[in-house]
Amino acid sequence: MSKTDDDVILHVDDLKKHFKVDEGWIASLLQSVTGDDPDYVHAVDGVSFDLKRGETLGLAGESGCGKTTTGMSLVKLHEPTDGDIHYNNKRLSEASDEEIKEFRQNAQMIFQDPFESLNPRMTVYDIVAEPLRVHDIRNETARVQRALEFAELMPAEHYFDQYPHELSGGQRQRVAIARALVLDPDFIVADEPVSMLDVSLRAGVLSLLDRMTEEFGLSVVYISHDLSLLRHMCDRLAIMYMGKIVEKGPTDQIIENPQHPYTQALINAVPVPDPDVGRERVELQGEVGDVIDVPTGCRFKDRCPKYIGDVCDQVVPPLEAKSDTGADQDIACHLFESAEGYDPYAELDGGRAENATAANDGSESAPADD
Amino acid sequence: MAQEETTGSIFTDIDDGGSGEEINRWQRTARLWRETLSEHWGLLTDELSVKLSMLMVAFFMVVAVIAPYITENPPLQRQYESDAEIIILKWAEPSLLGADSGYLLGTTAEGFDIFSQLVYGTRAALLVGLIAAVFTAGIGTMVGLVAGYYGGKIDDALMRIVDFLYGMPMLPTVIILVALLGPSLWNIIFALIILQWRSTARVIRSQALSLRERPFVKAAEVAGAGDWHIISRHLAPNVLPMSFLYGSFAIAWAILTEAGVSFIGLGDPNTVSWGTMLQASRAYSALQFGAWWWFVPPGICIGLLVISGFLIGRGYEEITNPKLQ
Ligand code: SF4
Repeated sequence: MSKTDDDVILHVDDLKKHFKVDEGWIASLLQSVTGDDPDYVHAVDGVSFDLKRGETLGLAGESGCGKTTTGMSLVKLHEPTDGDIHYNNKRLSEASDEEIKEFRQNAQMIFQDPFESLNPRMTVYDIVAEPLRVHDIRNETARVQRALEFAELMPAEHYFDQYPHELSGGQRQRVAIARALVLDPDFIVADEPVSMLDVSLRAGVLSLLDRMTEEFGLSVVYISHDLSLLRHMCDRLAIMYMGKIVEKGPTDQIIENPQHPYTQALINAVPVPDPDVGRERVELQGEVGDVIDVPTGCRFKDRCPKYIGDVCDQVVPPLEAKSDTGADQDIACHLFESAEGYDPYAELDGGRAENATAANDGSESAPADD
Repeated sequence: MAQEETTGSIFTDIDDGGSGEEINRWQRTARLWRETLSEHWGLLTDELSVKLSMLMVAFFMVVAVIAPYITENPPLQRQYESDAEIIILKWAEPSLLGADSGYLLGTTAEGFDIFSQLVYGTRAALLVGLIAAVFTAGIGTMVGLVAGYYGGKIDDALMRIVDFLYGMPMLPTVIILVALLGPSLWNIIFALIILQWRSTARVIRSQALSLRERPFVKAAEVAGAGDWHIISRHLAPNVLPMSFLYGSFAIAWAILTEAGVSFIGLGDPNTVSWGTMLQASRAYSALQFGAWWWFVPPGICIGLLVISGFLIGRGYEEITNPKLQ
């Protein structure tokens, strides 16, 4: 199970996070009487990936797909319901207090809304110095100053006594970045780092994030719905749908040669700069499915334009390498042949499954080529 | 483990170079607090009604402190000259109205100097008001923060206590408690505190609940901050205006309740308060005798102090809650 690859800083293993639906105390009383199970939102439902040192990974998907919950679990803002996160080959669920403290020092997060992620009653200096105080690190002033200067807030002293409301959105996000960097972390989760900012300020903050990744040798997980942003920032992409990763691989591969029907639809939604790049148009119909009563089989089946019958309806497609795509990414879809010899039709019940295998092998194996 | 830096950190030379100049944390914190307070003070005293109320409270405070210098007669000393066997009129008319008694507001039916009682009554009122307010706001804020931050079972338990207290009407419960504990000023204060922290706790809890979900609290968690750090550095400063607000309302309520309890005869017999003055004046039917100078002045004082408390609270509310403006 546990990988011993030194290059991997974070190994996420079948991470699940379910939230209990709060229906009020009457409902929970009734449940305790009738013995019904309470409802759970399956926000993250079995996500696995590796984050290598110095690598940038993008988590993409529509809102509600669980990408933010995944990001928050990565920095231990949520206890996982199931599965585990390995940091430097250590399981976080079994880590000692000492190791958790070390993890906290090395895992930071940049939040979406810089108007909310800074305490309105603290000055810039106190905000940036807080992590240092929590971890008892010396040379507070010099470090704070250095971090602010790195975030291009200069002269740093000028900002020391300012309160967040005195700063612009871009400056606030820079303060948040300085705060994340001041502990000299190993990896950072950036949750929609520029989506709340004015379009004119985005480029500046993005180039700062780029510089940060490079100079600190950081591993960064970018969370965004914006594929064009992720395309520029990330080495690898993982596309999430309803709490699961549906496609994962090198950014270029996924953007230029998407295989999973959902990824294709997502990428189609992004305006293409070059209209000559012909793509098969796939329109997404319907709503994101129900994350409380999770459907059987493939979670994308209700909206999938390439639905191939019972196997989609019954068998959960695993995320795996595929042998017949000619692509380098992992895909969770029955359209493709597993590279590891997994046969989803074997899981369908009875002889009907055998027939379906035969029928589908002939007609449906070829993916839509671009 | 693979802990060494692969890329040079921008902080390396700082740590190598030993400690440079540090900003003195306490000096800085003190300065920031001063700035915040003076800013709030400025906003607060912007309004005329608040300014006047502040002056009023300050005036009463001065009176309470220098009471012995304002009046020479102790408030609970009968003004008969028993040695010389010259019993002055028990109902000395106030010299303020031209009577030749030497007592500014006359004496009571028991022969106490009314003016002196009025002056010393300020002490009781402020004592009750301030102590009750400090403890009300203090306990309420603590309970509210703990309940709101931890949530779950702790929250449930604490809030059930608050609900229970809400089921008890203020004045009757204080009366019963004081009757059980014995009539003394401290028991009245104690009973007041027990009943008053409930509303503060409830409001602070709901604030803490919503603050707890704010990203800046999450950010502190990611930075590794513990529960106490988050409560004291992130939640408390943000609910403090609300506790001040409830504290200032508590002053007014405490004074009113003390007066009420004293008025029905459960006041401390060994201290003079405006409430006990009213009670005595009723017991001796001052109204029928037309001795209005006995009960009108304490009534006015209670009114002034209570209204001042409410106005200050209102003024502060407008600062903390811009929606009211
Ligand atoms: S498994 Fe079936 S339903 Fe799911 S994406 Fe693939 S083709 Fe569509």
